[in-house]
Amino acid sequence: MSDTHAQTVSYVRDTMLAQQTPPITQVGAIKWVRDNLFPTALNAILTLASVYVIYYVISHVAPWMLGGIWDANSLSECREIRDATVGPDASVACWAVLGDRWHQLLFGFYPGNLYWRPIVALLLFLGGLSPILFPNISRKMLWLTAGAPFICFWLLWGGSIWLTISIALGFAAAYFSFIAVSKVSALAGIVAAVVVPVLYWIVLAGPVASTMTSILPIGIESVESRAFGGFMLSIVIGLSAIVLSLPLGILLALARQSDLFIIKTSAVVFIEVIRGVPLIVWLFTAQLLLNYFLPPGTNFDLTLRVIIMVTLFASAYIAEVVRGGLAALPTGQYEGANSLGLNYWQSMQLIVLPQALKISIPGIVNTFIGLFKDTTLVVFIGLFDPLGMASAIRASTDWNGIYWELFIFIGVMFFIFCFSMGRYSLYLEKKLQREHR
Amino acid sequence: MSMLTDAPKPKFRLSQLLYDTRYRSITIQVVALILIAAGIWWLATNTISNLNALGKDFDFGFLGTSAGYDINQTLIPYTNQMTHGRAALVGILNTLLVAFLGCIMATIIGVVVGVLRLSKNWVVSRLMAVYVEGFRNVPLLLWIFLIFAVLTESLPQPRDFRGAEPAASMILGDSVAVTGRGIYIPRIGFTNSLSGNEAVVPREGYTAVASGRIDWLVVFGVFALSLIAIRYVRGRATRIQQSTGVRPVTWYLQLGLLIIPVGIVFVLLGATVVQPFLKGFNFTEGVFMRGSLIALWFALSLYTGAFIAETVRAGILSVSHGQSEAAFALGMQPNRTMTLVILPQAMRVIIPPLISQFLNLTKNSSLAIAVGYMDVRATLGGITISQTGRELEGMLLLGLFYLTLSLIISAVMNFYNNSMKLKER
Repeated sequence: MSDTHAQTVSYVRDTMLAQQTPPITQVGAIKWVRDNLFPTALNAILTLASVYVIYYVISHVAPWMLGGIWDANSLSECREIRDATVGPDASVACWAVLGDRWHQLLFGFYPGNLYWRPIVALLLFLGGLSPILFPNISRKMLWLTAGAPFICFWLLWGGSIWLTISIALGFAAAYFSFIAVSKVSALAGIVAAVVVPVLYWIVLAGPVASTMTSILPIGIESVESRAFGGFMLSIVIGLSAIVLSLPLGILLALARQSDLFIIKTSAVVFIEVIRGVPLIVWLFTAQLLLNYFLPPGTNFDLTLRVIIMVTLFASAYIAEVVRGGLAALPTGQYEGANSLGLNYWQSMQLIVLPQALKISIPGIVNTFIGLFKDTTLVVFIGLFDPLGMASAIRASTDWNGIYWELFIFIGVMFFIFCFSMGRYSLYLEKKLQREHR
Repeated sequence: MSMLTDAPKPKFRLSQLLYDTRYRSITIQVVALILIAAGIWWLATNTISNLNALGKDFDFGFLGTSAGYDINQTLIPYTNQMTHGRAALVGILNTLLVAFLGCIMATIIGVVVGVLRLSKNWVVSRLMAVYVEGFRNVPLLLWIFLIFAVLTESLPQPRDFRGAEPAASMILGDSVAVTGRGIYIPRIGFTNSLSGNEAVVPREGYTAVASGRIDWLVVFGVFALSLIAIRYVRGRATRIQQSTGVRPVTWYLQLGLLIIPVGIVFVLLGATVVQPFLKGFNFTEGVFMRGSLIALWFALSLYTGAFIAETVRAGILSVSHGQSEAAFALGMQPNRTMTLVILPQAMRVIIPPLISQFLNLTKNSSLAIAVGYMDVRATLGGITISQTGRELEGMLLLGLFYLTLSLIISAVMNFYNNSMKLKER
């Protein structure tokens, strides 16, 4: 037996070493910092530059924001308080303008004692929206969905309830005439669903409303559209445009997908013309030209004109979104519907549109975000959206010269609205991706 | 013997127009055509009767009459004695200028931010996410107002540059003046100008320096020729590589072709840099970039850049890992992998939405109204309309301009899409 081994190896460990903590550079914060912030020289420079940018912005903005004055009645009072507390050289925000004018930024010139009406209208609208957005809510809520637009209209503008009801009756007439006539022919049903309510609105709606009002005057205080302003105006324009443009957009998308040459061409021309021209040009058209196109003597208020124009504008964009949804459906679905012997409208209503619209909801939400941001453009035709309201506040003697506080408030409000809706649309996209495997 | 006879041809009945799918499509289209024609006719008669009631006619003759208003930024010679048509053209060029500048800067911002947002560096990617979300979720109009307010409020006025101890000073070796009214940058002038008629002595003791249009035409012509030559050199290198397998080194040739001819032209024309300087209460000479242009340009680029960043990010993420791994497995170097494998595939995803962002930027440039930048909406669609009372004609022309621009851009997009589409065989 050789003992060379014993001679070359002087020491053999016969016990296990106690487990040691890893080197300090391999765990915890230091490893994270090394891996994430300083892995290479370029990254180190980028990190330092970013940290400097963040520091620069915060060091300039934070004292201004945090030292802001909340309790004053005018800008000059704000300045007096500042002079008294931090000295005339310091630059601090005057948030007092928000406390003084928040109601104008949110509601415009809407009568102060009636603020509950737009709030209730918004809640009702969201309630009506919930069965569409969240599939596990009771189907009975769909009645609210159908009724919400009319109740919201009545709450916002006020006046006699019979006007709203007589307008709503037109839609009911459309529904029942469609049911009745489509037993004879589907196409005739659609024609009837368009012609009957239009005739009703032109001939009967006015007299019905006025007679009922004289018999049974039920109503709430009416509010002029001119009183609408601030975020309320943005939300009213944005939501009504999206809701009104959905049916129009779906029809346009179907027309654009159609085999019928004339229908397809006119849909393409409409969509491309609307999309090719900026919204601001359409708004000026609504302001300057809409009266030219309507019968002489027609004159209705600017807010309504803007809603019509923005609806037409949005319908072109919605049409493109829905067209994407229609194109994303596998051909098998169309062929399956045909092989079941369904006619065009039945196959669209029962097979194609439910699936296509579900795919398009994220796109519709994104269109709405864009539209909601674009409602700020109405300031150029003299409506008081949040930005217009800000200039109006600045024009008053109390708050002459106040800039940043209002801009920041408006920006933050828009950010909250749009960011949350964007997150919702992302969540929906992910959910759809999971379901569509 | 039996006789085969043709099946009796069914007689055409009127009800087939409604119930036979072969004829029904024609019925529907005819009805649609009649409805559309009736709608247009209704609008047209309304318009005509409204115009008659106002005593107006439909006439584009106003484009030939004298405009009588000034435009504060003109890329082509313009005085207020010129026609409304000329004023509209000046406005169109201003729109195109801000759209062009905006597209370039938005692309640069978008690509840089999109790449940085994918970085593993936590601070950088978060900072970029804040930028992207901040700009995407706040109306563009608010950003334009904010940036314009920052420019006009926080930057010094030209008078601050005066005196022995001025409150503000020019930057970059006294060549650029950043003021609340705008930015003055040096211009390139030519002492041996080919046109020679615009020469103005900038200040006493200096020689006249013109910057004629012919000179720039010559410079850009030579530059274009250089580019063609470079293309030829590259093509030749590729041919040699394909026949011999070795790519000749040509970068010095390309660099020389890029620089030397233009340099020679510059020397021959006597190009000199003319710096802006203070004269009276304002700066003269140099190129003046108006504050409204800069605010609009920055706001459009930052806003659209945020959207482009998302596009770029999506494009890069769309190229699967396997592609780069396969390229490395073939022994390709990282930069060749990027240019030959990843970028071409990412570009296919990036380019279509990128071009529609350009389209959005161009349309959004009509928000120039917020800062008083004189674009086509302000000249043709603003002052001209209010001076001549020709709303219908003015808005029609304005709409047609934007529509044409959009259609051209989408045509380019479709052309590119078709040429880049995956060729499946």
